[in-house]
Amino acid sequence: MPALGADMEAGILAEWLVEPGARVEPGDIVCVVETQKGAIEVEIFESGTVAELLVQVGEEVPVGAPLARLGERAGQGAVTPEPSPADAASGSGAPQPHLEPAADRQPQPTVAPSPAGRSRSPVSPAARRRAAELGIDPARLVGTGIDGSVTLADVEAAARTAEAAAAGQPSAAARRGFDPSEMRRAIGAAMQRSKREIPHYYLDQSIDFGPAASWLEAANRDRPPADRLLAAVLLLKAAALALKEVPELNGTYEDGAFHPGSGIRVGWAIALRGGGLVAPAILDTERQPLGELMRRLRDLVQRARSGGLRASELSSASFTVSSVGERGAEAVTGVIYPPQVAILGVGRIATRPWVVDDRVLPRPVVVLTLAADHRVTDGHKGSVYLAAVDRLLQEPEKL
Amino acid sequence: MTGDKLTYREACKQGLRAALRKDRKVFLMGEDIARYGGCYAVTKGLVEEFGEARVRDTPLCESGFVGAGIGAAMAGMRPIVEIMTVNFSLLALDQIINNAATIPHMSGGQFAVPLVIRMATGGGRRVAAQHSHSLEGWYAHIPGLRILTPATVEDARFMVEAALADPNPVLIFEHVMLYNDEGTLDPTVSEVDIATAKVRREGTDVSLVTYGGSLKKCIEAADQLGEAGIAAEVIDLRVLRPLDMATVLASVRKTRRCVIVDEGWCTGSLAAEIGMRLAEEAFFDLDAPLRRVCTVEVPIPYAPQLEDAALPQIPAIVATARALVGGRA
Repeated sequence: MPALGADMEAGILAEWLVEPGARVEPGDIVCVVETQKGAIEVEIFESGTVAELLVQVGEEVPVGAPLARLGERAGQGAVTPEPSPADAASGSGAPQPHLEPAADRQPQPTVAPSPAGRSRSPVSPAARRRAAELGIDPARLVGTGIDGSVTLADVEAAARTAEAAAAGQPSAAARRGFDPSEMRRAIGAAMQRSKREIPHYYLDQSIDFGPAASWLEAANRDRPPADRLLAAVLLLKAAALALKEVPELNGTYEDGAFHPGSGIRVGWAIALRGGGLVAPAILDTERQPLGELMRRLRDLVQRARSGGLRASELSSASFTVSSVGERGAEAVTGVIYPPQVAILGVGRIATRPWVVDDRVLPRPVVVLTLAADHRVTDGHKGSVYLAAVDRLLQEPEKL
Repeated sequence: MTGDKLTYREACKQGLRAALRKDRKVFLMGEDIARYGGCYAVTKGLVEEFGEARVRDTPLCESGFVGAGIGAAMAGMRPIVEIMTVNFSLLALDQIINNAATIPHMSGGQFAVPLVIRMATGGGRRVAAQHSHSLEGWYAHIPGLRILTPATVEDARFMVEAALADPNPVLIFEHVMLYNDEGTLDPTVSEVDIATAKVRREGTDVSLVTYGGSLKKCIEAADQLGEAGIAAEVIDLRVLRPLDMATVLASVRKTRRCVIVDEGWCTGSLAAEIGMRLAEEAFFDLDAPLRRVCTVEVPIPYAPQLEDAALPQIPAIVATARALVGGRA
């Protein structure tokens, strides 16, 4: 079970996308895990054949627990654990998976008519009766009652989720129980921790977005509508490149020390339609050409809203950009997402009076606000960073 | 409006005094009840008020004076017999079960046995294993008996009169830890029924079903659960035989969870009977397993800390109810 966030202790296996005997290659999505952030797809980082699924659908297991065994061709002895993507990505100290040789494992009890992947949670009589009335399979639910039993409230919550999913997003949400109140709790916990632990300092800088806006207009002239670049992608690229100049803002603060990021992975904050927020990361943000960055940004937004984010995207950001978009407020003073050490807030790009060569001209202006961790940097470093972003945006053709 | 405060002991005495005043056929008998005033002082002063003919000290022979009570009842009197504690009532088991409970049946209804027997029950007084047991659940096993467990001053005050009006033998169990408790009588109440259980605290999340000396523990437990956001409903059974299962079932069908708190031992207890009845009649309404908080299966210890550990206590009631409610409280 990968750690899909700093505070995650356990996850629920929502869906298996492979079966025993299936051949897997690095990057294949093997299962879906339910977390406070919604359903996350888990990819595998090794190749081989799935020997055995160790966790049933609906089962909650702690971070670090093995989900499946990966072997070579059937009958061969080599046993490899499924690597935890978060471990592979961050190298953080999640517990080592406990390996057991195949022969020592107890045979699974055979449940005659049911398909593989049934929940072993007991179901209360009242919950079972209500589930029958609602046409819900209670064995697929995760119990919150005594001894993990599925209760009446669990069945009714599942019915509400299914109803909401049917009304809103037809395909992806229906198979999993995304719970907006759970996400609100998760955001609350992370933000409380941030405000409690991180001594924030804040710096604002108004930037003339004129050159960037002109460049964008020209660049988009030759592009089909689906490939057009948005201002967001220039801001994202500039924010990432500036981190190369001020690497103290790129990384995490853990165990009393700053750990520089092992690459630049900028998290992009995305508001979800049902309420809530995720900030999935883009690997090597600073090295992506603008067209590729735009494509990734679109893909991320779409997957975030349909519940298909990857584990590695959610746990590995080394810096965050939070942009309110064209209908948002003028400035965003962000709250750092722990254990990161800085967040860049981007306000709405608005036409404002701007002094150029002693003349007041209307210019598109954007206010950038840096919130950073005083345990790692001071305002001087932060100012250097904002100045770098400003300079980069004045030469958009070089981005 | 509310009346004056009085103790449970005083409420018992007022009930006896009212019965003695109301009906010349009513008389009291038992060990040390007249000159000594009763081992728990319930009858203190009544011999001065009503005389030795109506408040009678008996020899230390339970089978003898309970048998005399049965005979007097069959002959048209309305005796109220006091047995010091439920442990001593075992000496009168033959009279109570083979005679009192069966004569109306075996005589084809020709003889009624309108006998009332009062006795103290329960632990907590540091009086060791031969004076502290809770055997009322045993008596609730016997057809032909009605078993009452007043847990409030109102029931202590009025149940005895309702018991006298019953043509069959009625046993009243007064928990020893209640005698000093204070309560107020509602001046508008002048009688109580001896047929129904009562909801002493309304709630929606879990039912605490109890009686007698455990009622106050359940109320306190419900207070603590309330602070944790769990609304516990407290049912006072009041009458252990015949059981008012309709009230219990209505509560459990609402809360869908039930903890039965009974100072008897778990095995073969009244709590077991209620749990089984719930399994039979409310199985599909249950949202959690049935649970019991009963006395540890040992003779009640003399040492205070051991006695406290053996009896049902508030933390166990709270923990059991909380576990049943689970994560979605």
